[in-house]
Amino acid sequence: MTRYFTKDHEWIAVEGSEATVGISDYAQSQLGDITFVELPGEGSEVSKGDSASVVDSVKAASDVYAPVSGKVTVANAALEDQPELVNSDPEGEGWLWKMTLSDTAELDGLMDEAAYQAFVAEL
Amino acid sequence: MSDTYEIHGCEEVDTAPAGPLTLPLDQWHRARGGRMVDFAGYWMPVQFEGIIAEHLWTRESAGFFDVSHMGQLYVSGEGAEAALEAALPIDLSTLTLGGPRYSLLLNEDGGILDDLMVTRWSTGFYLVINGATKWDDIATLRERLPDAITLNHLEDSALFALQGPKACEALEPLVTGEQPLSALTFMRGAAFKLGDIDAWISRSGYTGEDGFEISVPAENAAELADLICAQPQVKPIGLGARDSLRLEAGLPLYGHDMTDTVDPVSADLLFGINKRRRSEGGFPGADVIKQLIANGAATRRVGLAIEGRMAAREGAKVLSRDTEVGTVTSGGFSPSLERPIAMAYVPVALAGPGTPLTIDVRGRKLAASVVPMPFVPHRYHRKGAA
Repeated sequence: MTRYFTKDHEWIAVEGSEATVGISDYAQSQLGDITFVELPGEGSEVSKGDSASVVDSVKAASDVYAPVSGKVTVANAALEDQPELVNSDPEGEGWLWKMTLSDTAELDGLMDEAAYQAFVAEL
Repeated sequence: MSDTYEIHGCEEVDTAPAGPLTLPLDQWHRARGGRMVDFAGYWMPVQFEGIIAEHLWTRESAGFFDVSHMGQLYVSGEGAEAALEAALPIDLSTLTLGGPRYSLLLNEDGGILDDLMVTRWSTGFYLVINGATKWDDIATLRERLPDAITLNHLEDSALFALQGPKACEALEPLVTGEQPLSALTFMRGAAFKLGDIDAWISRSGYTGEDGFEISVPAENAAELADLICAQPQVKPIGLGARDSLRLEAGLPLYGHDMTDTVDPVSADLLFGINKRRRSEGGFPGADVIKQLIANGAATRRVGLAIEGRMAAREGAKVLSRDTEVGTVTSGGFSPSLERPIAMAYVPVALAGPGTPLTIDVRGRKLAASVVPMPFVPHRYHRKGAA
């Protein structure tokens, strides 16, 4: 499994053509207490760069963009009652949705973990 | 992902070319892990450990707020009382020594330029005005006050608020004065020594809780902040929780829930225009206000309870039967109620409690209903109360 990151602070963990998407630890720390997550509908098609989800914190509502194009297979139902999982375990239990990739070549423009940490360090 | 909405007021950056200014507690906040943002032209802490934790701590114990960005003014000179009455819709004849009173700075059209607190001191009047509006307020007041009246900007003073049910037990052991701190009731103030430093303390604030506002010399701000925060009941609280606390308390925020195009009748702030002044007039905007009182305003500031967990924020449109009828002026997740709440302006006919409305949040329609404010009951230490 390989994990990639976007400049908009989403992560995507890929295994073949299946992937899990969430927001980075840096992103959750910047947003603060997360109070609500609007998830994409299961079965919906998302295009790279589309707003697929909204993460609401006490201070702001933020769009989460699809890192790549594909079809949403599962949304993380646990977040309905425990949106704070995105704060406590953003790159684990706080995942947002799983999807099937339509074009794995779209991953090429994304950062790996080391590149993302370097990117964040510059912010 | 990207931030699309921000905490109320954070976007209100002073246009001064120098960029954000620092306040007396700047290093103090940074040393305690405060996340600093540009607010009203100053670097201010938006949060320390987290907005929800800080919010709940204030409701349960005592929160320490630095509000030194607010303007502290002193108006004095022969005829200051009459001059202030000509500038503001306040009745100073019923304002006794030491008690702060809420008032409004109005324009000639009855629009709100700012809301403020006026306190009678033995030799003059002490005013506290909003940070984002203070330079405009000072210019307006200088214009309205005769030359014989002195308007001092107390730039060498810092201002703190200590708010919460344990604020009194935390602060009382630290102060000495002609009366014990606990003898102050809501909206009363007096001079005390805080440690061995002169402080003006009033039992007031903007969270809906019991608590105090504390004016101290800027040069002693850090040591006094240390003194107060060393009390086990007290933690420093950022602007984020200050905003969610005042929203739950139903208290409007200048620049958001009131502006220069909003009148005090629509804003439900008529109590800021004292009775004698309503009939006598003699302040800027008096004629418009008189008309509004007689005929009623077209819109009203109301509280909205929102179904679900998605928050509606400032700017969201309010709908009734698919027709746009108003706009949200403040909104967010209520940490105490664990649900989203908002303030909005709607037509008077739709302002009654229980009125069902819809809020459009980025195309998603949220069901809401008008509810009485405050959302969370005030717990002021009122005179005569137990």
